[in-house]
Order: sequence, then structure tokens, then C-alpha cells
Amino acid sequence: MKFILLGTAALVITASVAFAGSHSVVRMGTEGAYPPYNFINDSGEVDGFERELGDELCARAELTCEWVTNEWDSIIPNLVSGNYDTIIAGMSITDERDEVIDFTQNYTQPDPSTYLALDGTDVDFDGGVIAAQANTIQAAFIAASGATLVEFATPDETIAAVRSGEADAVLADDAYLRPIAEENADLVVLDKQELIGGGVGMGVRESDTELKDKFNAAIQSMKDDGTLNALLAKWEIGPGF
Amino acid sequence: MFSFCVDPASLDDLAWMACYLTTGKHMAIYTSVFTVLLLLAITAPTALAFGFLGASSARSHFAPLSWFGKAYIAVVRGVPDIAFFLFFVIALDQLFEWIRHEVKCPDWTDSIWQGNDFVVCDIAKLPLGNSPQWVHETYGFMLAVLTFAIVFGAFAANVLYGAMRAVPHNQLETAESYGMTRRQVFWRILVPQMWVFALPGLSNLWMVLIKATPLLFLLGVEDIVYWARELGGAKTARFTDYPHGDWRMWYFLALLVFYLLFTRISEIVLDKVMRKLTHGQATLAGDAQRKAA
Repeated sequence: MKFILLGTAALVITASVAFAGSHSVVRMGTEGAYPPYNFINDSGEVDGFERELGDELCARAELTCEWVTNEWDSIIPNLVSGNYDTIIAGMSITDERDEVIDFTQNYTQPDPSTYLALDGTDVDFDGGVIAAQANTIQAAFIAASGATLVEFATPDETIAAVRSGEADAVLADDAYLRPIAEENADLVVLDKQELIGGGVGMGVRESDTELKDKFNAAIQSMKDDGTLNALLAKWEIGPGF
Repeated sequence: MFSFCVDPASLDDLAWMACYLTTGKHMAIYTSVFTVLLLLAITAPTALAFGFLGASSARSHFAPLSWFGKAYIAVVRGVPDIAFFLFFVIALDQLFEWIRHEVKCPDWTDSIWQGNDFVVCDIAKLPLGNSPQWVHETYGFMLAVLTFAIVFGAFAANVLYGAMRAVPHNQLETAESYGMTRRQVFWRILVPQMWVFALPGLSNLWMVLIKATPLLFLLGVEDIVYWARELGGAKTARFTDYPHGDWRMWYFLALLVFYLLFTRISEIVLDKVMRKLTHGQATLAGDAQRKAA
């Protein structure tokens, strides 16, 4: 066993000697399960608002980018240990996350979060059962309120929980819930809205200030010439800047 | 994929299904079946080799080697799988990068731990940041194989250790009295006879390994369970040409059939192997075989 380990280590060390410049390829980490922000399209590729935005930002910052999907739960640890260079996954800027990673400036306005429930249910916001995706601002919001929080690893499962009656309602970004309610007669978006979070930004490693500056400049230029607003309108994500 | 798939909404059920099941996304789940099979095909022999080395070092007469073997068996078997898969892989990856870092960038002055960040110089990254995605995926896959092999190797080591002790001791003594060296006794008497005792335990391990493959997703490898969940989830018409409700049940049903079939085939093969190994052995089953012949 010692031999195999040493052998592997030796192989790994000598595997490649090519020189890599600083960020010759920027790996963009996303979840791929949160339309319209990001999702996997029919041909199996990352698609959505953030795909278009990310490609445009990379073009403006003159970077070569590659898209990688990662589970939401481990999306921050994998960024920190260097498996990819950015998180672009509809991640709202919060103080808690900011302690671990750095954020670029926000590229969406704080998106109101809404509740989705079965048509005709009377949801009790202070004592009922509300579903949310784990490690999201919505989950933190419900945990702090009087309602009982049930957490799920994927956004999809939160909707399934409402359908099955496990939860009275689900709290998530309005842009995510709205299309679901439109296409399913049995589900409705409630009138009550919560304003949480400081908008969505790209996450980068705290030590990676160079990359952060490049993306900040690119986002600013997209804000200035109105292309960002056009994208936001196209994918129906909240108000523009 | 087919030429008639241009406007799926206008198709009748059968044609729609044919188009739906051949989207690029579905191709990914078909490929992931082979990923799982490949993982099993590489991991099983590697784990067995780890197990064999672990077991033989555990019964070594050289004390440090024996301690090492016993510690390996005890520690790895004791740590919960999920903790091992979450923690160990990131640690292993960082160990490799750190070794490369020390070798390739001796002039680096910054610490590799900057706050929360693990930072090594660019040419020590593994795989290199600019290598294509398939290199990253293959690397992740190799890490997965190594982790699976270490975990299942420990269990296999314990099984083989027990099997080695189950071989009748007087056989070994007889061999020694014939003048065989310890090495000869081990390879000629002990090893050929131990498999029949080890097989029931090893076949158990194989079954557990088949069912442990969904842990692959924890290691960043997109396996069949990941794709079943992704494909089965409800899809709205705005984001796909093939909108459908929550079909996860059907996808998981297909997985169930796949795993059951696979288990059944394994059982048949293992039964055959068992019959072969029993032949001529001084066990009850071997004796029965001899009488029937």
C-alpha cells in the first residue's frame, strides 16, 4: 500500500510540466439546477442568465472561461480549496458568506423572495412549515422567524415537498418560483414578499483580488452600457439597475 | 438527434419519447452508467490488492509492519464512510498539490494557507488550471477510485486476515516439516486455500461496493443517481423543449431495475466462482462435491 501511494504521488508530480500563466483559464463554478439563473439545457450544457452573463463578462475581461457544475452544499469549500475559481450560481451576498469568500459587486438587484404554495392553502407564516433550499438566505430567514424550517439539498425537492404536503409553502427567489407557478395550475405564488439579501454577486477566493478586480470592472461596464439590464429583462430576473 | 425532433411540441407521444430519450442530457446519463461500471471494474481489483497487502502485513512477524496493517484495518473500518469521502478526498488532493508545490516552486515565500484559502503556485495545481474539463474529470475519477480502494481495501483486509487464519493450522505445520520456508508456506499452502473462506465475505463487500457507487457524487463525479435526479425533476416549458412534471419516480425505478439486475448477475457469477474454489478443498462443501462426483 505504501508503494502504491508513493507511486501515485510520483506519477502525479511528474504528470505535467507545462507552464500555466496566472488564470489562463478561469473555471466558473455553478449549480446547474436553479432556472432561470443557471440550469442544464437539453443538450446537457450549462445555460441560463448566468451562463450568458458569465460568457459576456469573460469576453470583456479577456479571459478564457470554462463551466463546471458542483453541488450547492459543497460549492464554497470547493472554491476555497481551488477546484474552480469563481462561484456564479445565483448566490446572494451575505455577511456570513463574505467572511469565507469575497464577492464582486452585485449583478442583480436584491430579488424579492416569494412564497409558493398549493392553490387554496392558508399558509401560517409564523407557525407553519416552510421549505427552503439548505444554505440559502431564505433558509436562514425562516430559521430566524417563528415558522418551522424544512431544508432540502436541491430547489427541485423544495417544490416536491409542497406538492406532497410535507411543507405548507416554499420560500425562494421570485424569479425561480414565478415560471413554476405559471405552468402549474395547482401552485400559486402568494402576495407576501420578503426582501432579504444584498443582490447576487460572483464569489471569488479572498486571496484572488486580481480576478475580483477584473470581474468588477467587467460588471461595471455592463451596468454602464445597459447590456446587463437587457439580460435581466430577457431572463425576467427582478428590476434592472 | 433524429431529424424529426425539430419541434417536439408537435410530435405524438411515441416520437416525442424517442426524441426526449436521445437529448444530449440523456446521453450523459447513458455515459454515466459506463462510468459506474468502469469504477467498479477498476476499484474491485485495486481494493482486493490493498486488502491482500493489509492482511499479509497484519500477520507479518516484523512488528512495525504488523502494526501498520492492523492500524490500517482498524482506523479505516472505524471512520464513517461519508466522513471519509467528504474529508479524505479534499485532504488527499491538497496533499498531492502541496508535494508538487514543494518540488516545483521552492522559491515561493507566501504561506499556502491564506485565511480560508488553500493556495499553491499555478504550476503545482492539480490538474493544471488550464487543462481541459475531461482532465479534471479523469483526475476526480482517479481520486474516487483511490478513496474507494482504501476504504474497501480495509474491509477486504479484515476478511482475508480471517480467511488466512481459517486455513487449518496443521496444513501449515506439515508444510514446514517438509522443509518449506515461511515464504513458500505462505504462497503455496496458505494463499491457494484461503480464498474459499474469504469468498463469502468478499462477495458481501462486492454487493456493498455496487450500492456505494452513488457516493461518487460527493466526489464530484456525475454518476447515474445525480443524472436521474436532474433529469427526473420537473421541467418548465421556458427552459426546455421537453417540459414534464416530476418524473423522478420513473428514473429511480429504472435505477432500481439496473441495480437489481446487476446484483443478480453478480450472484450468479459468484456462485460459479464459489463452486470452482470449493473443488478439492477440505471443507464440508468440498467433501460433498467429492462424494457427488
